[in-house]
Amino acid sequence: MKRYIIQSLRLTVVLMVLLCVIYPLAIAFAGKFTPGAGSGEKVIKNGKVVGYALIGQSFTKPEYFWGRPSAVGYNAAGSGGSNKGPSNADYLKEVSARADTLLKYHPYLKKSDIPADLVTASGSGLDPDISEQGAIIQIKRVAKYRGLTDRAVAELVVKNTEGPLWGMFGPSKVNVLKLNVALDELKK
Amino acid sequence: MNTELLGIIFTYAITLLIGIPLGIYLAKMFAGEKVWTDFLKPIEKGIYKLSGINPDESMNWKQHMKALLTINMVWLVYGFFALMFQDKLPLNPDGNAGQSADLAFNSVISFVVNCNLQHYSGESGATYFTQHFVFMFLQFVSAATGIAAAVVLFKAFRDKTTTNLGNFWVFFVRSITRLLLPLSVVMAIVLAFNGTTTSYEGKDQFISLQGDTVHVSRGPAAGFVAIKHLGTNGGGWFGVNSTHPIENPNYLTNMVEAISQVIIPIAMIFAFGYFIRRKKMAWVIFGIMTLGMMLLLVPTIISETGGSPAIAKMGISQLTGAMEGKEVRFGPTASAYWSTITTIISTGSVNAMHDSTMPLTGMYQLIAMMMNCFYGGCGVGILNYFIFIIIAVFISGLMVGRTPEFLGHKVEAREVKIASIIALLHPFIILVGTALAAYTITYFPGADWVVKPSSWLNNPGFHGFSEMLYENTSAAANNGSGFEGLGDNNTFWNVLTGFVLILGRFLPIIGPVAIAGLLASKKYIPESAGTLKTDTLTFGFMTFVVIVIIAALAFFPALTLGPLAEYFTLIK
Repeated sequence: MKRYIIQSLRLTVVLMVLLCVIYPLAIAFAGKFTPGAGSGEKVIKNGKVVGYALIGQSFTKPEYFWGRPSAVGYNAAGSGGSNKGPSNADYLKEVSARADTLLKYHPYLKKSDIPADLVTASGSGLDPDISEQGAIIQIKRVAKYRGLTDRAVAELVVKNTEGPLWGMFGPSKVNVLKLNVALDELKK
Repeated sequence: MNTELLGIIFTYAITLLIGIPLGIYLAKMFAGEKVWTDFLKPIEKGIYKLSGINPDESMNWKQHMKALLTINMVWLVYGFFALMFQDKLPLNPDGNAGQSADLAFNSVISFVVNCNLQHYSGESGATYFTQHFVFMFLQFVSAATGIAAAVVLFKAFRDKTTTNLGNFWVFFVRSITRLLLPLSVVMAIVLAFNGTTTSYEGKDQFISLQGDTVHVSRGPAAGFVAIKHLGTNGGGWFGVNSTHPIENPNYLTNMVEAISQVIIPIAMIFAFGYFIRRKKMAWVIFGIMTLGMMLLLVPTIISETGGSPAIAKMGISQLTGAMEGKEVRFGPTASAYWSTITTIISTGSVNAMHDSTMPLTGMYQLIAMMMNCFYGGCGVGILNYFIFIIIAVFISGLMVGRTPEFLGHKVEAREVKIASIIALLHPFIILVGTALAAYTITYFPGADWVVKPSSWLNNPGFHGFSEMLYENTSAAANNGSGFEGLGDNNTFWNVLTGFVLILGRFLPIIGPVAIAGLLASKKYIPESAGTLKTDTLTFGFMTFVVIVIIAALAFFPALTLGPLAEYFTLIK
């Protein structure tokens, strides 16, 4: 028994060096050669960091495309979903209210035009994307508040829509931050 | 065909393409035959030497279990103190506090037992030191523990009559050097190049496009995320696990993470068959497990892509399915696929919030964990399935009036007793735990605790009951996912699930290994016309029926009170 304890202790220390020091340092080294150099890929506008490409941020102003509702207010230091169950009455009221808000700002829409991703909270609270449909329905509003033509904004949406992986797998999506940065740069 | 469905079909196909050959490799590697990774032998020799281990020493099943339990005990004690005092240890750039005693108790147990329940949140409840030297370390070694235990069982059936079951340390070390570590390196690099962070820098701060100040948690997550999946651990670097855009940046990484958590469980089935030189048996077990998976997967996809009936009633369009708690870059189909694999295999990582999935989806997740043997966790999946094989052997023996035998060894009262206890232990701890929680919440809603029982639940009614049932099921199955609405970081849940976790881990490892050890030491009876063949499809179905009957009888009442009741109120 005592022999097993000593072997266990020694093996634990040896494996810690291999698994907790050598392994992560090797990965950190490899990470230096990635696009964000291992610290996360940043989005830059006019030389200033305005966010991370992968981390969604809150957009509430009418001249921007809006992202998905977030249960944690896009707090990138404390991710979280709503964890509301599908039969929760309070939750369903909230969803309904979000749809009404969208209709208020987009009077040209019918309720059935609204895609579910714009009225439901994402799992991480940091979803950087919205669906293609979610971007399309906002085009007219954004164009109006920015004094742009619908077509110019629509073109930007198309440009910022990312199709399925290798054209075959998974959904299409629009990165809200990148789209909004492109909008701001269009203005100049 | 739609691209979301095509995505998961492709994911599963790649899983098989990797998993099956990997199993054949594992069989050869653990048998000590020549394999291409033999160039790593000098490293292993160094590890044995530094640890004072003689790799040629052979052990019987009891010695194996002693070694296994001893080293696990060392990790429990060490991890408990490291977590409590993490604020005083180095590598804490975000200045996070130490864990409370009950939380540290729960956290360390749940990582030692390969569950990763995580009542803390990675951003605030752990430091870079404990993330590495406790959590990631345990992710490697707990997976290797499960694999090594399974190899002991393999060894018992390779030879006719034997008590020499190899050396535990060798199986354990090789699981890391020849399997988990090399695969983790490859996967971590793939993740890093897709955006998962690798550097040790702490939180960052920036001004968003709209002018808000935002803090971003980061850290060396890529290596952690790799082993969390390969080792079917499932504990996330961040609170929301693989839903987080840094842990799982895009559809490609989602496929990689989904593939990586299934390959070792599938490989272990084939490793078993090839190791004991009964390939047909591997295919039958694989077939039955796959059938079980499909029976859960297909209805899950239907349930999720169908969308929420309540939101449909509002007239909102759910083009691809239910979106609450899901991420746009994966879509409902990939999240449905993930929810099935993460629950049949005891990973417990998530790429969507299970609490917000449809009632029936929740039920399928629960059933998957209640059966806990369709593929199953690293090593332990095949051990769980073995228990049901023994029961099936016994019942079929009774039905045809023959002495029950498994692979040339008589299965007698002692083995069947062990198997029955292990099979019944799982429903017992789940249901007693849930009953205890339901009792507390009903009779002591205002108990003067840090978190009052009345504020445990995030959702009222039937769904609230499901949250408690899910937590206990996940702990007993060593799964680690959760209906995360449950307020689980408090003394009651930390202690309750701590005990459920330990019971749900070690007895289901010791039981099958003991049965195998006992059988292997018995006289070998050559196959004859009267032998019940255990590698036929008929016997496979028999095992399947045993699994379904045990789960159905034990859990149906609880499922009726939770997800089924919610489903029927929602569609009425």
